[in-house]
Amino acid sequence: MNTDDLIRLLASDTVAVEPRVWRRRYALALGAGLVGAIALMLMVLGLRPDLGTAVLLPMFWVKFAFPVALLAGALLATVRLSRPGLPLGRVAAAIAAPVLAIWVLAVIALLGASPAERSALIWGNTWTTCPANVTMLSMPAFIALFWVMKTLAPTQLRLAGAAAGLLAGALGAAVYALHCPEMGAPFLGLWYVIGMLIPTTLGALIGPRLLRW
Amino acid sequence: MSELKNRMLSEGEARLRELFVRGLAGDAAVYQASLQELSTHLRAFLRRRLSSLPDDVEDLVQEILLAIHNQRHTYDADQPLTAWVHAIARYKLVDLLRSRSRREAMNEPLDDHAELFTDSETEVADARRDLTGLLAQLPDNQRLPIVHMRLAGLSVTETARATGLSESAVKVGVHRGLKALALLIRSKHEH
Repeated sequence: MNTDDLIRLLASDTVAVEPRVWRRRYALALGAGLVGAIALMLMVLGLRPDLGTAVLLPMFWVKFAFPVALLAGALLATVRLSRPGLPLGRVAAAIAAPVLAIWVLAVIALLGASPAERSALIWGNTWTTCPANVTMLSMPAFIALFWVMKTLAPTQLRLAGAAAGLLAGALGAAVYALHCPEMGAPFLGLWYVIGMLIPTTLGALIGPRLLRW
Repeated sequence: MSELKNRMLSEGEARLRELFVRGLAGDAAVYQASLQELSTHLRAFLRRRLSSLPDDVEDLVQEILLAIHNQRHTYDADQPLTAWVHAIARYKLVDLLRSRSRREAMNEPLDDHAELFTDSETEVADARRDLTGLLAQLPDNQRLPIVHMRLAGLSVTETARATGLSESAVKVGVHRGLKALALLIRSKHEH
């Protein structure tokens, strides 16, 4: 078949394409990931018992806002890396900003604490389970996002996989905040970050193999 | 990698983009014309990049055209067409070079035999990989619509009558068949 034949063949495929179909697909994937994460959290972990009073504390909202801010940056990275030829622009800064902000809060908290209190701020009571739980809650979104990304056309596969992993991780962390009793910025800046880095790393590792087209 | 960009810019990115967008909106003739024009840019671009593998140029042009078509839902009209096409061309080019270097590293002697008979002079102007041969591997509900419509030049209605499929099944068959074809090409790279 010569190239002109192929072009005629391609032009004969008249199945219409929906403009910006990626928006709908990613919205569905995030919705499914969110529902999955909440269901897992309720079944396996449960809401924190003092949620009713915790929501009155600013730190509860900081803990929630941190992964949500990261989620926004990671979503931007994911949708741009899913389609050929789009510049990343300031996406890296959008992802770095929430992490830097929580680290600033962590340093302030540590400086204001006595040496005895400091280790409690860093380790909390749940550091052994936090990263694994964040990873677990990120898995529904992880699978759904990779599913969608596979229907699009990423050209930087490792980076695209990492972005989808971070997006899933941030969503998992946001849902985990409804269970997690920890309230220290140093804890968040360390263990939540590690929890989100696990799906990010996983995405970077499997991206090149899974996302090829 | 900027030659393709410059070339397309000089030929009028805006005009080609308009053609392509109109084509995507459902004007098959305009779509065909835009692919035709893109193919000439791609060929020139790849000839320069693949000077050591001249026999691969037309194969890669075809593979990139198929990729452009199959991934056309990832193009937004507000994005420069040049950047989108360039990113796809670059991705497929890197893919080809990677699979070539892997194959050479493995030093697979079977490849030499397989390519022995295709290596004739009359095929120089044609693609080395014959897509018609790959088409034969597709299931009937995809292969028949493609064969009738393209190679025999029938319309959707005529193809439906000839194959006993419904008109929408013919359309879907072509659509899915082209995706399957891209997968077949890719799996050939990997082996």
